[in-house]
Formats: sequence, structure tokens, C-alpha cells
Amino acid sequence: MSREAILGRVRTALGRKAGQLPGAIPDAYLRPPAIDDLTGIFCVVLEKLGARAYRVSSMADAREQVSVLVTKKTSIASNSAVLTECGVTGLPGVRSGVTDKQELRDLCASAEVGITSADFALADTGTLVMLSSGEEARMISLLPPVHVAVVPASRILSSLDQLLTTLPLPAERTSSMVLITGTSRTGDIEQILVRGVHGPGEVHVVVVESAQKW
Amino acid sequence: MEETRTIPGALSNERLQLAIYASTKRLMDHRSGAITPELLGDYQELRTQANALKKHTIDNLDYYLEMVEERVTAHGGKVVFCETGVEVSDFILKLAKERGARLIVKSKSMTTEEIDLNERLEDHGLQAVETDLGEYIIQLIGDTPFHIVAPALHLTRYEVADVFQEKLGVEKETVPEKQTMIARAVLREKFLAADIGITGANFVVANSGAVVVVENEGNARLSSSAPRIHIAIAGIEKLIPRAQDLGVFLKLLGRSATGQPLTSYTSFLSGPRRGDEIDGPEEFYLVLLDNGRTKLLENPDRRQSLYCIRCGACLNHCPVYRKIGGHNYPWVYSGPIGAIITPQFHGVSKDPWLPFASSLCGACAEVCPVKIDIPKLLLDLRADVTKDKEQKGKSGSERLAFRMFAWMMRRPKAYAMAGRIGALFAPQGSPWISRVPWYMNLAPIRAWLSQRDLPPPPPKSFRRMWKER
Repeated sequence: MSREAILGRVRTALGRKAGQLPGAIPDAYLRPPAIDDLTGIFCVVLEKLGARAYRVSSMADAREQVSVLVTKKTSIASNSAVLTECGVTGLPGVRSGVTDKQELRDLCASAEVGITSADFALADTGTLVMLSSGEEARMISLLPPVHVAVVPASRILSSLDQLLTTLPLPAERTSSMVLITGTSRTGDIEQILVRGVHGPGEVHVVVVESAQKW
Repeated sequence: MEETRTIPGALSNERLQLAIYASTKRLMDHRSGAITPELLGDYQELRTQANALKKHTIDNLDYYLEMVEERVTAHGGKVVFCETGVEVSDFILKLAKERGARLIVKSKSMTTEEIDLNERLEDHGLQAVETDLGEYIIQLIGDTPFHIVAPALHLTRYEVADVFQEKLGVEKETVPEKQTMIARAVLREKFLAADIGITGANFVVANSGAVVVVENEGNARLSSSAPRIHIAIAGIEKLIPRAQDLGVFLKLLGRSATGQPLTSYTSFLSGPRRGDEIDGPEEFYLVLLDNGRTKLLENPDRRQSLYCIRCGACLNHCPVYRKIGGHNYPWVYSGPIGAIITPQFHGVSKDPWLPFASSLCGACAEVCPVKIDIPKLLLDLRADVTKDKEQKGKSGSERLAFRMFAWMMRRPKAYAMAGRIGALFAPQGSPWISRVPWYMNLAPIRAWLSQRDLPPPPPKSFRRMWKER
């Protein structure tokens, strides 16, 4: 068995016995930066990445902003309660409430826009954190060429460090946690930046500032 | 394609020299711009922590291998230990046969390059498509990666235009934006039709049973999420103890590679789709590959070679890599890191020149985010090469030359005499001694001078001038 052979060789090389406990793990200091204006910093950093940020003050305004972005386009929306609450799912051309894997995939492959919320956002890197679940599918933020996310400001954390402190064992929650930092991009041909190589080339984030409930 | 695979060819290829210089310079600038004290005040401390965490993991590797196996299994996945590349391909071929799979999409993975996985799979009738744009282009022409981070660095847009026209049957297109969209369309079909997706792993988190994949294009997200089977292939050295350690490693990896605080996508994947999750793979496998790594563990000083997180910074900063390029190293790993791990994987006698292809300037060690002491390991390996040559009685002429040199250096009169003779025979009017007269152009001298040069000794030595003053 390769398993036993490999573990055996590792132990012989290291001079360890099976089941021997390691010493203390060295520290990995997590130092979330102190950021007062989380929303402001998040939006500035996001725009620098080539994505767009919109600050709105209510769920109704969020719906209006999304409506401008998706008008005359075919869209697929996730089952996030944020989207239902703000009424995005009722906009013309927006499909939502899909729970069948194959149907969702077909819709994502043909849609022009994918609409989601995000479980967290990280201010200092302009990152969206998406945990795969019954509310958020993996494909909606990935297959359509445009990704629109509606995120309550209360979900913005300072940094990766704060995320890892808040969620020390992400794999206990979900099979997939993705940190999305800007658009899909490549520089593989002559190091010229091209957006939208496999994932969305456009990312729009609508931050809802007074979504108290969330 | 132009000559990239011989050193004289690469050196005399002006366009290639410019491409390597410009690309590595840009990556160097991006890195240094991202680790300034204002932006990352604790950069040096992060490097120290990363080194300590890697050391701890590697020194207790069997413990963490068992832990990750237990966690992956608990999340419904399966861990497959493989000793060799053949075992990896046998495992995939068997699985593909059982599931009736034919098409495989792959995202960039140096570990699979190391074991020629695509060739093995294709020999058995499976189609394995590389989906990272650079990797896809070089796969179309049967080429190998030129750089860990930028595999198609050596190709121009015009060469890419020819490749796409010939292999994909599209109109000639020389604009990178449009070329990228051509590849997007072709590969999108593959993603949606594929039965199996293969990814590498930048990190394997032991206490979560998760693989972490870092990328910019989205092809790793698609490879891991669109097909019904996801196979992640990782070397056993890729482990880290806890998810929180990513706070150290992710901050260093993107910045060291491309100057990005975080790349576009960082995926944290564990097991197949769960409970009410709408999409994701039905089956998840984590292949943990040895392929010689346990051999590297045996030497406590050299074990640190396994700390590498494949950021490519040592390549960009290496004066040797920046001249000869990635295709003149004997294995898939190029640059300083290639020069220390290749001899350890293959034995020092296979490419004895490799540890010597360095000026020991130390730039690699200075930029390494996990603080691998590459120059020290190069010296160590040089000692091995010399020992190996002596044992095989192959060091005759070199040894003799150095004995004579040592003899002369201990005798001031002989040294002065040699200087006078040298000045007598030195090429007149040339600034370099490599233009020796024909009667001095003997095989060993010619071989030595083919790679080196010096100004000729002056007609009158300093010692002589001192005496005559």
C-alpha cells in the first residue's frame, strides 16, 4: 500500500514514531487592521481593482441600482434572502428560485448577468467572500460575463485576518468558500491585462448601508 | 518558434532576451511595490512566521498527513496516496473507466507537469485539456512552461495568432483581448462537457481537510466546480496546519508572485457538494503525491527545499534565469529553486553543472517568502557533485589544474614568473584574454574560456613597478 509506504518513509526520514504528537504550532499572528470607515475603504479598493462599487442607503435603492445594471438583459439571481428582501428577484428578465443543479447550470451558461449577495466582504482587499450553500450557488458568480452582488454593509469585515478569526474552520460550514477579489483576469499573452478570461470581466457591488436587519 | 532550448540560442535571441527581461522586471516591480513598509509593515515578520510554520509542518509531516486524511474523509471526500506519477495516472484511468469519463479539464499545476500526467492520460484515450490561458497555448504546440507563474512568457502575440489559426481553425487574430476571448469560447465548451476536473493545490489545510487554490482567471474555480468529479493533486509538502495560517501564506504568495495582495480568486475546497448546496462536484479526491519528496526529507539541512510555495520570485530576481530562460533547466522547475530541487530529486550526477550555474549573488534568498537558504543549498550540492566526481575518478584535469594553482599560489617567485609568462603570451591590444593565439587554443583552455573572460595581465606587473620605483 502506497499510504503505508509513504507514511513509513516520512517517519523514518524524520525519526518519528506513528501517532507521535507534534510540539506546539508556531504562532500565526492574525492582526486585523483598525479601519473606521469599512464601507468607504471597501469601495475605494474595489474600484482600484477594476470593479465598480455603489453605495446605497436602502434595500429599495439597491433594487433600483441593480435594475439599472440588468435592464434589457437576461439575469440569473441566487436564492439569497437579501435579494428577495430588496426585490431584485422581481425585476424583469431576472430568473431566481432555481434549486435544480442542471437547470441552474444551463441558466448560468446563457445568462448575461449573475446576481448574488455575499456572506462577507473584506475592506482592505476589496474582496467578496462566497460560501456555497442552498442560498448561494457556485456557478452564478462564475459563468455569466457580468457579476452583480448586493451586500449589506454590516457584512463588511476589515480583512482576511478578521475573516479567518471569525471563521477558523470554513470547511465545517461549506464545501466551497471563494474569495473574489476583482474581476477574472489574465496576463498570459505578453503580460497584457485582459479581463473576463474565464469568469466575469465585470463585477458590480451594491453596498446597502442601512440594512439594519442584516 | 524561435530557439529557447539551448543556452547559446537563448542568449543570442534578442527578442527572447527582451521578453524575459521585461516580464521579470515587471514582476519584480509589482512585488517590491506591494511589500513597502506602508503597505505591509510586518513583511519580514511574516516571512519568519511562514518559515517557522513550514518547518513545523515538514518536521511533523506524518502527523498532518493523517490529520488531513481524516478531515477530508469526514467531509465525504477521499484521500489517495501515490508514490509515483504512474500511480496517479493509474488511479485516474481506473476512476475514469468506472465512471465512463472521457474529457478532463485541468487547471495549472506544476505537480502534474512534474509527472507528465497529460501524456499518460492521453496515451489511454482520455482527453486532458489545460485551461489556464498560458498553459492552453503551450499545450496546443506541445511546449513546456517557461516560468512557474507565466508559462507562455516566451511567446509573442504573433506566435499565439499563428498557433490559434493553425490549431483552432480561426481567422488570424493578433490582439490579446480578442485572442483571450477565442480561448474563452473554446474552453467554456470544454468546462461544460467535462466529466472530471483536475486542479493542483497551493495549500492543503490539515485541520480543515481543505485544498486552497489561488488563481486569477477562474479556470480553477470552473475545473473544481463544473465537472461531477474533482480531483486535486498535491505534493505531500503542500500541507499547512490550520486555516488561520493562510493569514500568513496568502499575504506572502500573491505579493511575491505578482504583487497582488490577494489574487482574483482564492478557493477553499473541501469534499463534494453537501446537503442543500445547489452545485459543486459529486465526488472529491485529494491525491497526495510523493514522487521523491520523502527522499528530500532525509537530510535535515536540505529539507527546507520543500518549504517552497511556488511564487516564482526567485526566478524573476535571478541573473542566470533572466539570461538563459526557463527552457534551459533540465526539469519542469527552473530558476534557483529548480537548481536546488532538481539535483535532490534526480541525484547530483544527472546534471552536475546545475548547482554551479549561479553567481551566488543571494537575490533568491532575499526575496524568498518562506526564507529558503538557496545559496547555502547550492554550495552544499556543489560539494556533493565534487565528491561524486572524485568517487567516479572523473575530476582528473580539474583537480590537476587546481593542484597546480595551489602550488603556485604558495610560491611568490613562481607566481611572479607565471605573470611574466602570461603577459608575454597575452593577446596584444585586446581587452580580453579569450582571444588567445592559436598555439594556446588547446581544448581545456578553449572550454574554460568559452564561458569566462578576464582582462589580460599588463606588460608590467605591480610588483615590478614597485621594485623599479
